[in-house]
Amino acid sequence: MALLQIENLSRNFDGVKAVDDLSLSVEKGSVTALIGPNGAGKTTLFNLITGFMRPTSGNVTFDGKEITRLSPHRIVSQGIGRTFQTVRLFPKMTVLDNLMLPLSGTGEEGLFAALTGSAAMRRKEETNREKAAKLLESVGLAHKGNDDAETLSFGQRRLVEILRTLALEPRLCLFDEPVSGVFPEMIPTILKVIQEQKAHGRTVFFIEHNMETVREAADRVIVLHHGRKLAEGTPAEIFNHAGVHEAYFGRRRNAP
Amino acid sequence: MDYLLHILVITGIYIILASSLNLVLGYAGLPALGHMAFACVGAYTSSLLALDFGISPWLGLPLGGILAALLGFVVGLPSTRLKGDYLALATFGLGVIVYSVAKNWVDLTRGPMGLPGIPKFSLFGFELQPVWSYLLLVALFVVLTAFIINRIVTSPFGRVLVSIREDEVASLSLGKNVDAYKLTAFMVGAFFAGIAGSLYAHYITFIDPTSFTAMESISVLLMVVFGGMGSIAGPFVGASALVILPEMLRFLGMPSSVAAPLRQMIYGLLLVLLMLYRPQGIVGRYRFK
Ligand SMILES: Nc1ncnc2c1ncn2[C@@H]1O[C@H](COP(=O)(O)OP(=O)(O)O)[C@@H](O)[C@H]1O
Ligand SMILES: [Mg+2]
Repeated sequence: MALLQIENLSRNFDGVKAVDDLSLSVEKGSVTALIGPNGAGKTTLFNLITGFMRPTSGNVTFDGKEITRLSPHRIVSQGIGRTFQTVRLFPKMTVLDNLMLPLSGTGEEGLFAALTGSAAMRRKEETNREKAAKLLESVGLAHKGNDDAETLSFGQRRLVEILRTLALEPRLCLFDEPVSGVFPEMIPTILKVIQEQKAHGRTVFFIEHNMETVREAADRVIVLHHGRKLAEGTPAEIFNHAGVHEAYFGRRRNAP
Repeated sequence: MDYLLHILVITGIYIILASSLNLVLGYAGLPALGHMAFACVGAYTSSLLALDFGISPWLGLPLGGILAALLGFVVGLPSTRLKGDYLALATFGLGVIVYSVAKNWVDLTRGPMGLPGIPKFSLFGFELQPVWSYLLLVALFVVLTAFIINRIVTSPFGRVLVSIREDEVASLSLGKNVDAYKLTAFMVGAFFAGIAGSLYAHYITFIDPTSFTAMESISVLLMVVFGGMGSIAGPFVGASALVILPEMLRFLGMPSSVAAPLRQMIYGLLLVLLMLYRPQGIVGRYRFK
């Protein structure tokens, strides 16, 4: 069953068709990779799904419900979480506070709760702080909890951003290049976190350039080129797909 | 002695103004340049209620705060669309509009003639006439404001405000209704600024639009930036320094015709030095990007 369905989605930027009449679907419980050369429209597609950009035309349906023109915070409440190609932590907040934000809800984050300093709010804060600390511990970053996020290494930032999205407990996770720019030692940790989501019944849709990573982590691959779907299949199928090689390298595989 | 107490009263009022602006500017990260507009609404509301309807300042003051908060909602609206310099200009413009209304709606405000004879606060039938008694009242409001704002910024609500300052897009991606938080921050900031305006009016007993000019808004902004944005102590440091430093000129025997323009120049100079050597302010740790 398709958890995410995209129909005839388009987005133009001053005549550039970043996403061009695109239709695709992401199966529930799958780890689906989205690949394609630079400028193929991958990030734009994520921005369209999550409401950060408005499509020129077309529809996005999530779990049977149309979400096309909802604002970003409403799309989150539907159960879609995302990370960004350029990591976006809150630099001058502690790592723990970065993780507290997705764990907290509108009840305890209201002005009224702040003014009254309600006991319920303080209890919730306490349990959330424990949850946040556990999340950090699970990736060996417990000692970083009280440091500002800006003190983290780039790879640690990517990892914390992913954790922060997971703390939303989304049904669909969108990761935009989760391992790019990260030291090789960090890559297995991040891939492990991504793959664990399957066991939690979550669906993952992620953008990635490295074919090896895709082979390792994904069970479906969708190839985007000039804003259109070029191919779709298992990693093995895609790896042997002639058109994909042409899109990536500008020539056919095994061509003379 | 009364002169010294007077300076402290004025400092206290500016601390409230700077603290309330700090919530918007230092915590939510929204450059708001028209803060005196809220003080203006607070001051005129409780003054007119007292003068025209004999309503006690004890009731007029919170009503002034509430009316200022409503204006805060309107002034905050551009923040849901505009960012950075554009937002600063929009809030500046709205501040100027409020000033013009106060100056030109003569039927209501008597315009440039101002409102004389505004009643003082009374307690158990005794007017708070001595300066020391008013200082106690202002001190009470300073403590109350700092306490409430501290409570707000250390709460989960405040954490969302800071997240908006740090990265609005990321905050949205975590499901925060960023626009609603911005508007709330503006309204709370405006509420306390309204109260400060009302405290000023019932102390001086005379107001006219010149107390609420754009230049005054910029002075308050400078206090926040000077003391340190995004810290509770910052506005205390900033307001104290910027009220008391220029006053010291008088002790140097400077006539007020020289002292007044000199005050503006000192502010300008301080701002330049600050940006060069300590952009996060004296006790702050956040600076403009
Ligand atoms: N905000 C924007 N304004 C203008 N053009 C954009 C914007 N975002 C993306 N584009 C253009 O859309 C195309 C697709 O970009 P993008 O989605 O970032 O590609 P990818 O993530 O696949 O590398 C590019 O030509 C890019 O220049
Ligand atoms: Mg991209």
